Amino acid sequence: MAGFILARVLQAIPVLLVVCFLAFLLFAFVGDPVAIMAGQDATLAQRIALRHALGLDKPFYVQFVLYLGRILHGDFGLSYRLGEPVLQLFAARLPATIELSVTSALLALAVGVPMGVYTGIHRNSWLSRAFLTFSLIGVSLPTFLIGILLILVFSVWLGWLPSFGRGSVVHIGHFWTTGFLTPSGLKALILPAITLGLFQMTLIMRLVRAEMLEVLRSDFIRFARARGLPNRMIYFGHALRNTLVPVITITGLQLGQIIAFSIVTETVFQWPGVGFLFVQSITAADIPVLSAYLILMASVFVLINLVVDLLYYAVDPRLGIERRRPAAAQ
Amino acid sequence: MSAPATKARGGIGAHSPGPISRFLDSDLWYNFRRSPVAVIAGAVAFLCIAGALFAPWLAPHDPFNLASLSLSNSFLPPVPLAGSQWAFPLGTDDQGRDMLSAILYGGRISLVVGFCSVLFAAVVGVGTGLLAGYGGGVADAVLMRIADVQLTFPAILIALVVDGIISAALHQLHEATEIYIIVFAIGISNWPQFARTVRGSTLVERGKDYVMAARVIGISGPRIMLTHILPNVLGPVLVIATINLAVAIVTEATLSFLGVGLPPTNPSLGTLINNGNAYLFSGQWWITIFPGLALVIMVLSINLLGDWLRDALNPRLS
Amino acid sequence: MPLLEVEALSVEFPTRRGVLKALDRVSFAIRAGEVLGMVGESGAGKSLTGAAIIGLLERPGLISGGRILLEGKRIDGLPPEEMRRIRGRRIGAIFQDPLTTLDPLYTVGRQLAETMQVHLGIPGAEARRRAVDWLAQVGIPAPEERVDSYPHEFSGGMRQRVVIALALCAEPRLVIADEPTTALDVSIQAQIIALLKRLARDHGTSVMLITHDMGVIAETADRVAVMYAGRIVELGPVARVIRHPAHPYTEGLMASIPMLEERRGRLAQIEGAMPRLSAIPPGCPFSPRCPKVFARCAEERPELMPAGETEAACWFHAPALAEAAHG
Repeated sequence: MAGFILARVLQAIPVLLVVCFLAFLLFAFVGDPVAIMAGQDATLAQRIALRHALGLDKPFYVQFVLYLGRILHGDFGLSYRLGEPVLQLFAARLPATIELSVTSALLALAVGVPMGVYTGIHRNSWLSRAFLTFSLIGVSLPTFLIGILLILVFSVWLGWLPSFGRGSVVHIGHFWTTGFLTPSGLKALILPAITLGLFQMTLIMRLVRAEMLEVLRSDFIRFARARGLPNRMIYFGHALRNTLVPVITITGLQLGQIIAFSIVTETVFQWPGVGFLFVQSITAADIPVLSAYLILMASVFVLINLVVDLLYYAVDPRLGIERRRPAAAQ
Repeated sequence: MSAPATKARGGIGAHSPGPISRFLDSDLWYNFRRSPVAVIAGAVAFLCIAGALFAPWLAPHDPFNLASLSLSNSFLPPVPLAGSQWAFPLGTDDQGRDMLSAILYGGRISLVVGFCSVLFAAVVGVGTGLLAGYGGGVADAVLMRIADVQLTFPAILIALVVDGIISAALHQLHEATEIYIIVFAIGISNWPQFARTVRGSTLVERGKDYVMAARVIGISGPRIMLTHILPNVLGPVLVIATINLAVAIVTEATLSFLGVGLPPTNPSLGTLINNGNAYLFSGQWWITIFPGLALVIMVLSINLLGDWLRDALNPRLS
Repeated sequence: MPLLEVEALSVEFPTRRGVLKALDRVSFAIRAGEVLGMVGESGAGKSLTGAAIIGLLERPGLISGGRILLEGKRIDGLPPEEMRRIRGRRIGAIFQDPLTTLDPLYTVGRQLAETMQVHLGIPGAEARRRAVDWLAQVGIPAPEERVDSYPHEFSGGMRQRVVIALALCAEPRLVIADEPTTALDVSIQAQIIALLKRLARDHGTSVMLITHDMGVIAETADRVAVMYAGRIVELGPVARVIRHPAHPYTEGLMASIPMLEERRGRLAQIEGAMPRLSAIPPGCPFSPRCPKVFARCAEERPELMPAGETEAACWFHAPALAEAAHG
């Protein structure tokens, strides 16, 4: 088991290095940090001094190593747009993104899995068809449009829920701010969480349904019927367990999708998270933030994949010998 | 049944009919005709494509001719409401542009970007998959490793990052070249799916007798890949491509909505939605909602077609 | 009274090109404690018969005629819940591929225990004890430990033994074994067949043994039914059918099995192939390939009729003609 983890970590390092390198390229060569930081009327001597201070006159590989060193100390530079250290900007916004992502993920699972199981078992009932139609629309509605529609209905027309921001937040410890503990915080969370979770919910539902249908056609289910086991045991014992194994992996990977789409959701609702920061930085060509975001994202995804692999290992006793490939895997 | 089966696929003494009559006799077409959802979705998709292709002729106004716009026409609501005009059936935006025309042109851009990026992803992906599956060994290991690593990141994120960074880097040039950047970004984010599927199918086909026979005859590797294996792996590719088309359109709309996609001078539906977003609270909802509706209809019909296609091509689900 | 009676069972598959008749008025009976073999080529309808009896016909197949009686009571067309109670408890089943028949995420002990708990109503501890006992009966070594193993920890032959245990653990009166040894190595086949035979005898269970392997039938069955194109063409005691087949198809089958003692230039074959379901000839389905065919064969379909010590569906044995032919 430890060997397994070590192997995965070792595999992840080259990927992270490549991403760091790309981030470094971006940081060092796109746009001219000196010009931006020194301003228009800096003299040549001042510019040269600044170049030296920033280490920009050293050889390429040296700069890369210095860059890596700085990163490992948490120094990602200063934002061009806001002038603050990038790490601080991220730290302030991370709790918002995490709270939003986790809430939507839980919502998506809580609604999507039961719906998927139901439509897998009762293939032709009208409720199943209704769910499926709803899911198809959910998949076809881009996240930002869902957000806009929700804002239109619940903020503009009904005035029940806020359309931007996070409400009032409570500070916990040094680092965390939470919106869960205030009524305005919770209210502000509702629309963005639904927006972000809806897409996931429909995907999970369709995934669970597809897996369920596939499992229900298998030989061992047929044999279970031949043994006269009641439907309850067949569906919720044998079939569900076999369905959930690949679903867990894919859902873990879906967490990545949530993080990706949180960028969109945060922008629509002006939710002060990392995603919104990213979008603002693109339009402002704020390179240090962009580079740091690349590295942050890569690390997060590597971590997610590792956790998912571990989960899979824990849940499926056959690992290493045979492994069933998910029916609905892309 | 009194007459013995004479389908092209079997039957002793059956002659070989041409491809069109084979298609019309096939299970695929039969399934299509019998499924009302598929037919409607197909019809709607067809209308969208036709509308988009013929936008310049269908649109009542040219929304991009700055000279023809007049601010006095701005913020007109859609037709049954007070203050509307029949010349602008879906209303106008803040600059006096006709929404209907803007939507037609916008839909056209959305579709074009969608198709091109899927084509790009398919070409790269199918080519890579064939090479990896047929060549095996190092090529397979390296190519699939790259694909797998890329698959650990969500496609939308890759598209966003690639697009965002290139746009930020080419700050000045970006307006004119934006459409190429987007096609590239979305295409690059989607190729691994094609590659993995095609590689799997290629591996299966490679082991089959007809490939071995071709090699024994001396047909070259590339030719086997193109003429023998490729036609047989295209089924799943078609399904993925259709679904991918919907995803590509939505991705482009998302990128444009975020402001890193197509610019307002050449707007796609996403750009239009973004533009209209600012006026939601002041009550001019149609500037955002109508392009949104058009987008949903387009994507929904393509998704339905893709779903139906996947079920129809899967012989196990009956 | 026979344990199982099948009377004129017909099974149809509606397809978009018409209705395919997969079983056409199949009739036979199985007595308590007997082993009936069902033999025939792929597609002859053997597995379908088994599936129809146990109520697991796959859509779009449906029973379009006839009756199935278990201990005198009709079981075809029963409501699903009642049929469920019969499955496992009164009729068991063994499937072909042991690698996919067992749920990979449940231990074998759990799969045994759940079956027994459902049908016999015994508490968990007792079910587990019996599970260990069953594993011992089917010849799994160290059953107290293996009872907590997962299916993938067993070899194919061992898994099939577990499947046999699962089929028998609820103590059914009849077991339908559908190609139980086809997916196994030849060396294991004999063991599994012997095991099945012994257990059936010990527990007084009847077996409907479906296979295309005449050798297995010869070893194991008391009587045999030969199927062709969805019908039974011969039915009788195994020794008689093998040594003195009455139906030309069975003759052809027996003749095509090479004997160790003989020397032959070529393997004997039956000309032609079994007809597709959409193109079954009128009258006797074997008539196009039959070496003894005459006019009546192509016009009227023969039912099973006495032919010496067996029964055969062949006009050759019709009383009047028999006299004329042997005349």
